[in-house]
Amino acid sequence: MTIHLKVWRQSGPDAKGELVGYTLENLNEDMSFLEALDVLNEELIKKGEDPVEFDNDCREGICGSCGLMVGGIAHGPMKATAVCQLHMRHYKDGDTIVVEPFRATAFPIIKDLVVDRSAFDRIIAAGGYVSVDTGGAPDANSLPIPKEDVDEAFDFATCIGCGACVASCPNASASLFTGAKVAHLAHLPQGQVERKERVVRMVDQMETEGFGDCSNHGECEAVCPKQISIAAIAKMRREYLRALFG
Amino acid sequence: MTLEAHVPSGPLAEKWQNYLDRAKLVNPANKRKHDILVVGTGLAGGSAAATLAELGYNVKVFCIQDSPRRAHSIAAQGGINAAKNYPNDGDTVWRLFYDTIKGGDYRAREANVHRLAAVSNHIIDQCVAQGVPFAREYGGLLDNRSFGGAQVSRTFYARGQTGQQLLLGAYQALERQVRTGAVKMFPRREMLELVVMDGQARGIVVRNLVTGELERHAGDAVLLCTGGYGNVYFLSTNAKNSNVTAAWRCHRKGAFFANPCYTQIHPTCIPVSGQYQSKLTLMSESLRNDGRVWVPRKAGDARPPGNIPQDERDYFLERRYPGFGNLVPRDVASRAAKVVCDDGFGVGATRQAVYLDFEDAIGRLGESGVRERYGNLFEMYERITGENPYRVPMRIYPAVHYTMGGLWVDYRLMSTIPGLFVLGEANFSDHGANRLGASALMQGLADGYFVISSTLGDYIASGGGSGKVDISEAAFDEAVRTAEDRIQCLLHVDGGKTVTEFHRELGQIMWDYVGMSRNRKGLQHAIDTIADLRAEYWENVSVPGRKDTLNKNLEFAGRVADFLELGELMARDALHRDESCGAHFREEYQTEEGEALRRDEEYTYVAAWEFTGDAASPAMHKETLSFEAVDLSTRSYK
Repeated sequence: MTIHLKVWRQSGPDAKGELVGYTLENLNEDMSFLEALDVLNEELIKKGEDPVEFDNDCREGICGSCGLMVGGIAHGPMKATAVCQLHMRHYKDGDTIVVEPFRATAFPIIKDLVVDRSAFDRIIAAGGYVSVDTGGAPDANSLPIPKEDVDEAFDFATCIGCGACVASCPNASASLFTGAKVAHLAHLPQGQVERKERVVRMVDQMETEGFGDCSNHGECEAVCPKQISIAAIAKMRREYLRALFG
Repeated sequence: MTLEAHVPSGPLAEKWQNYLDRAKLVNPANKRKHDILVVGTGLAGGSAAATLAELGYNVKVFCIQDSPRRAHSIAAQGGINAAKNYPNDGDTVWRLFYDTIKGGDYRAREANVHRLAAVSNHIIDQCVAQGVPFAREYGGLLDNRSFGGAQVSRTFYARGQTGQQLLLGAYQALERQVRTGAVKMFPRREMLELVVMDGQARGIVVRNLVTGELERHAGDAVLLCTGGYGNVYFLSTNAKNSNVTAAWRCHRKGAFFANPCYTQIHPTCIPVSGQYQSKLTLMSESLRNDGRVWVPRKAGDARPPGNIPQDERDYFLERRYPGFGNLVPRDVASRAAKVVCDDGFGVGATRQAVYLDFEDAIGRLGESGVRERYGNLFEMYERITGENPYRVPMRIYPAVHYTMGGLWVDYRLMSTIPGLFVLGEANFSDHGANRLGASALMQGLADGYFVISSTLGDYIASGGGSGKVDISEAAFDEAVRTAEDRIQCLLHVDGGKTVTEFHRELGQIMWDYVGMSRNRKGLQHAIDTIADLRAEYWENVSVPGRKDTLNKNLEFAGRVADFLELGELMARDALHRDESCGAHFREEYQTEEGEALRRDEEYTYVAAWEFTGDAASPAMHKETLSFEAVDLSTRSYK
């Protein structure tokens, strides 16, 4: 199949970027989208040009490295799919696809399609953990946890930190990311003693980083490759209010 | 040079306690005077960095990804072993030790493996305390499942994302220490050189992958937690950035590389579908709990699987290994699949695949029951292949997955360079010639949470890494110069072939001749062709772009250059080992039934290779393995 790409090229953080057109011929429909970008890069290298930079690593949808706006949608058109698991069989011969980086004030562009998402690490560092040093933990079965609780916690814990929620939000809010970690830990008995402090510190850090506020658009949930529910955001708000007034 | 493993005295089960009782300690007030460099943030590096920072050391942590949460441990699916015996099915520390050493085909160091089994239970406790959402029963207690090579259910799991949940636990513990200031995190850094001063590891040179700057970091010890080297095969289940460079650079500085030929080929991966393929995807071994592996009895039978009646199917694992059936160890399952495909019984368009069929499990558990256990894996399969595994059997084929070999370490996890510790997959220590499923996560976290905290303290308290070193010293200048020269060379070749083209070529040689099945002639051929390919690389590789910016192709160019050296060493190691053991299958050494034939009298040793210069052959040193507690028997899974 033949695919036309329009790819955002930007040589550095302060450089002016632009969409550049490329045409790829003889693509195979079983290829992943990133493998199609590999094909493009091989062609560019052969011509002595700079390849397109994009973050990627596991290519199994779990590491969260990759993240692109594909056709205007974070991770592309397929539901519950990170862009590394998007396959060309979902496109038609002759299609034109626009490829852009995740855009947000808090995600400055480094080069081409690569952005700096370190703000997410700082949100976790603000309190996204149970404060337990190594050693001295009680026997794992000394704390029974209802299966429903742990299953619900798990659903929130599956976040891969890719940033699609931020990129798709009109406010560039990180509420789904932050809420997912708050909700994961709030559903478990471990770490209850720091429950209030945790949510306050994480929310404060989220604001400090320059992410916008949530105004219930729900775009984040729609693009989340792990289908994390915006119930996480509601949970975060309840936890926050509880921390301030509870 | 003799390799001194520093195994503590006493009966096997008491060795670790004896070590802990006698290990020297660093006073809490003194710990903060010591800078520790941790390279890599997977399960081993993340857990080690967090634990050492909790103890009070100053820890600097480096990773090549944009965040420490993205290390490749995140992709581990199936589970983590521990000898908790919660199911009351007869498990003990001894049994976990025994299964692991037997699974490794008696090519691992007994004392290390016993320690691993002994600390395994603490790992589960620690992870649960961190909030890792392991699977639970309705009564609220932890659930277990079984894995290959064991007859008990000792594997803890978090759906099909156990690695993710364990890594996020370690990552969160690490970020907690970032907040306290005890950890300083350096993401998007690649270690390019080790700095050795007065015979001790005292620093590293890393490339800032965003600015291209070569940065110098001094420390009192260096912990290498940089994972395995499976990407030498180009196609593997490893993440694209997984590489051997940090370990290989240390090897060139004097760290011995042990058993490089022991590479695990995982039996249940999605088969290769085309030339464009950039990586392979694993389907967790846990699927073999409920899936049945088969091929048609008639070679070349092209009927759809559903149209092939039961009596025309060959459930070859159940037939050959009735005792363990579909749950034989990985090396055994992989080779059996290769044999049936080589004999023409393979399925699918390429005929390089076998079926993994859930029809019976769906009949027994219902589709929802199967979805509960493996839902995310089934989804992943369908996304990649476009086929629904609830309706048609999965097609699977073995793929490179894990490397048991790695830098040689003693019982304290210290390499042949004092002060250079190697943890997790990057070392060689615990899995012998074959790793059992759900044991990699166990080893990474055992090393990081529970072993290094004591052994590093012992080293520091015994005077290792004493005195401050300055990053302006000559050893740092030299290391920077070496790294700089290589980058310049790569950029200036300006040849006609891409890095990926070279990498694919190397991978094909490795897969064909140093893969699942090896022979003398093929290995010699591999050694010769890799040497030629390496020579061509430095004359004909094309690396456009600049060094002072993000340039992933340049990063890959350096890594492939190192793979081109490692690949040859792997072939040499495989050639020298005139026996079959575990994942190392030499065609000349097999039983009448086609099983691996060990030669214990000649080869019960670790082969540790010393780098002796680019123009010279590497020197091999032996660490003889002595077994006090187990008898070396022929593995039988019948």
